Amino acid sequence: MNDNRLTAAYVTVALVALFGGVVTGLLQAIEHAGLIFPPLTPVIQSYYHSLSLHGVLNVLVFTTFFICGFLQFIMARALGIPLASPRLAWFTFWLMAGGLILAAIPLVGNAATVLFTFYPPMKAHWAFYVGLTLVVVGTWLVTLNLTLTYRAWRARNPQTRTPLAAFMSLVTFVMWTIASLGIAAEMLFMLIPWSLGLISGTDALLARVLFWFTGHPIVYFWLLPAYVSWYTLVPRQAGGKLFSDPLARTSFILFLILSIPIGIHHQFTDPGIEEGWKLLHAFLTFAVFFPSLLTFFNVVASLESGARARGGKGWVAWFGKLPWGDPSLAAQVLAMLLFTFGGVGGLINASFNLNLVVHNTAWIPGHLHLTVGTAVTLSFMGITYWLVPYLAGRPLWSRRLGLTQVWLWFGGMIIFSNALHRLGLMGMPRRTMIGASAYLQPEWKAALPLVGIGGTILFVSGMLYFLNLVLTLAASRGPAPAVPEFAEALSGPEHAPAILDRWRPWLALTFVLILIAYGPTLVRLAATTPFNAPGLRVW
Amino acid sequence: MRQGTTVYLYELAWILPSVAIPVGMLVALLVTAFGAGVHLPGREGRVDPTRVSETAPFDRPGVVELAPGRYEARIVAEVWAFTPNEIRVPAGSTVTFVVTSKDVVHGFLIHGANVNVMVLPGQVARATGRFNKPGEYPFLCHEYCGIAHHTMWGRVIVEASR
Repeated sequence: MNDNRLTAAYVTVALVALFGGVVTGLLQAIEHAGLIFPPLTPVIQSYYHSLSLHGVLNVLVFTTFFICGFLQFIMARALGIPLASPRLAWFTFWLMAGGLILAAIPLVGNAATVLFTFYPPMKAHWAFYVGLTLVVVGTWLVTLNLTLTYRAWRARNPQTRTPLAAFMSLVTFVMWTIASLGIAAEMLFMLIPWSLGLISGTDALLARVLFWFTGHPIVYFWLLPAYVSWYTLVPRQAGGKLFSDPLARTSFILFLILSIPIGIHHQFTDPGIEEGWKLLHAFLTFAVFFPSLLTFFNVVASLESGARARGGKGWVAWFGKLPWGDPSLAAQVLAMLLFTFGGVGGLINASFNLNLVVHNTAWIPGHLHLTVGTAVTLSFMGITYWLVPYLAGRPLWSRRLGLTQVWLWFGGMIIFSNALHRLGLMGMPRRTMIGASAYLQPEWKAALPLVGIGGTILFVSGMLYFLNLVLTLAASRGPAPAVPEFAEALSGPEHAPAILDRWRPWLALTFVLILIAYGPTLVRLAATTPFNAPGLRVW
Repeated sequence: MRQGTTVYLYELAWILPSVAIPVGMLVALLVTAFGAGVHLPGREGRVDPTRVSETAPFDRPGVVELAPGRYEARIVAEVWAFTPNEIRVPAGSTVTFVVTSKDVVHGFLIHGANVNVMVLPGQVARATGRFNKPGEYPFLCHEYCGIAHHTMWGRVIVEASR
C-alpha cells in the first residue's frame, strides 16, 4: 500500500510535467505553421524559452519520474515482496522532487534557456545544473533500493529464476546508473563549478562527449520500461501469452551491454574525434538494432497468440481481432506500430556518413517524436489507463474518450512526424524559430503547415487525455479495475540457460565494451583539454 | 517439450535475418565511406576560442584558391553571424570550409552539398563540398546558439564559369 502511494506521487509529478510539455509543444508547432508566436509573457519569454521547457519537461522530468514510479511498482509486484526500504524510497522521492524544484526555478524564470541538451559554453544558472544532478542522484538511490529488494528476494529464493518483469526492471536501472556516469561527470567536474564561478572556463567538445555518453543510453532508459509493459503485461491484456521468455531475457542483457558504448553516433559531425572511433560506434549501434529486432518479433508473436486465442485467422488478418476496445492495449499497439518507423529512421541516423544528410535537421525531432514521443509516451499513457484508475481506486472515467485520445495521437503524430522528416531532407534545421528565420526556403512552405496541424491534433489528444484522468479522479464512481496480471510464456523461464540470470559476466562485458569504445577518447580529452572557453548567456 | 522446440525454430528463423539486415547495412556503409569516399569530420586541431582573431587562418577570414577549381573558405562563427557571410566561387569548384567559433556551439549546414559539421569553440571544423550547378547555396547555423539563432546564415554564390 505504501508502495502504491509512492508510485502515485511519482506519476503525479510526471503527468504535471507532461502537461507543461504538451502545452509548450503546441506553441512550437503553430510557430512552424507560420502563425505568429503568442504574445510573450513572463511565463514564456521566447520561442527558445518555450522549447527549453518543452524538452526538459517531456524528456527529462516526465520520463524519469514516471519510470521511477512505474518500475518500483512492477518490481515489488513481480517479486511479491515490498520494497526493501520504504524510508529510502520516500527520501529518494523528496530528493528528486527537491532537485526538480531547484532546476525549475531558473528554467521557468528564463535563466536556463539552454534546451534539454544544455551544451556549454552557453551558461545557465547554477541551480539548473545542481537541481538536475540531484534528480540523477535520486535515480541511483532507486537502483540501490531495487537491488536491495532483489537481494532480499534472492536470499529467500536461491534456486528460482528471477521473475521476468523484475529482471527487466533491474536491468533498466542498472544500465541507466552506469550510463548516467557521463552526465554526472559533466555536471560535477565541469558545469557546476563553472556556473558557481569556481573555475573560469569550460570545453565544448569534452562536455558533449560526456553528455552523449549518457544521452544515447537515456533513450533506452525511456524505452525499456515500455518494453517491460510490452513483454510482461500486454500479451495478457491481448488475451495471449508471451512467446519466449528466454529471448526476452537475451534482448535485455544485450541492451545492458550495448546501450552505452554507442553515444558518439550523436557526434558524427563533431570535429575533434577521429573517424575510426565514429565508425566503431556506428558498428555497435547496428549491433543494438539486433535486440530491438528480437523484441519486435517476440512482442508481435505474443500479440498474435492473443488474437488467435480470440478467434483471429490468417497471416495478417488476426491483427484485427486484438481487443481494440481497450484503450490501454490500443495505445501500446499503436505505439509499437509507429516505433517500427522510428527504428528504421534510427538506423539511418546511425549510418555514419548518411548522417551528413540528416544531422541537426528537422528529421531528428521527427524521429524523436516517433520514439520517445510515441513509442514511450503513448505506451506510458496506455499504462496509466489502468495504473491511475487502480491507484485512485475507481474506474477510468471513459474508455471511449481514451480510445479517441489514443487514435488522435496516432494520426496526429503521423502527420507531424512525416512533415518534419520531409523538411529535414529538404535541409531545414531543427530547434529553430523557422517562421522568423532569415532564410525560409520556398520548398519548405508546403510541409510547414502540416507541422502545425499535426501538432494541434497532438495537443487536442493530450488535453483529452488529461481531461479523462482528471474526471477519473473527480467524477468516476465504481470499483477500481484490477492490475493486469503478468503474462505466462509459451516458452518459459525453465527454457532459459542459467547464465541469463547471472549478473557478473554481463556487467564485466558492459564495462569492457565501454572502455574500448570510450576509453582512449576520454583519456586523451581529459589529458589535453585546456578548459579555456568562458561562459555566455545568449538569450 | 514439442511446443518448446517449435518456439525455438521460429526464434531461429527470425534471428538469422535480424543479423543479416544490420550486417548488410554495415557493408553498404563501408562501401560508401571507403569506396565512394564520403567522409566525416575528424581531428583537425584546436584553437584558443578567446584568440580566434589572432590565430591563423582565422585572422583573415575569406576564400583562397588553393589550386584551379579548389578553394578553401575560412569562416568565423559567433553569435549570430558568420564572417564572411557571402562566398563566391565558379561552378565546378570544390570548396573546403574551415570553421571555428568564438563563443558558443554553432553548426554549419549546406543542404545539397553534403556539408554538415558542428562548429565548436576550441576546435577547427573542416568539411568539403562540391558545387557543380550555378546558383545560391545558403549555409545555416543548425545548432541552437541563442535568442537570434534563426538569423545566423550566409550564402555560397556559385557563378556560371566563363
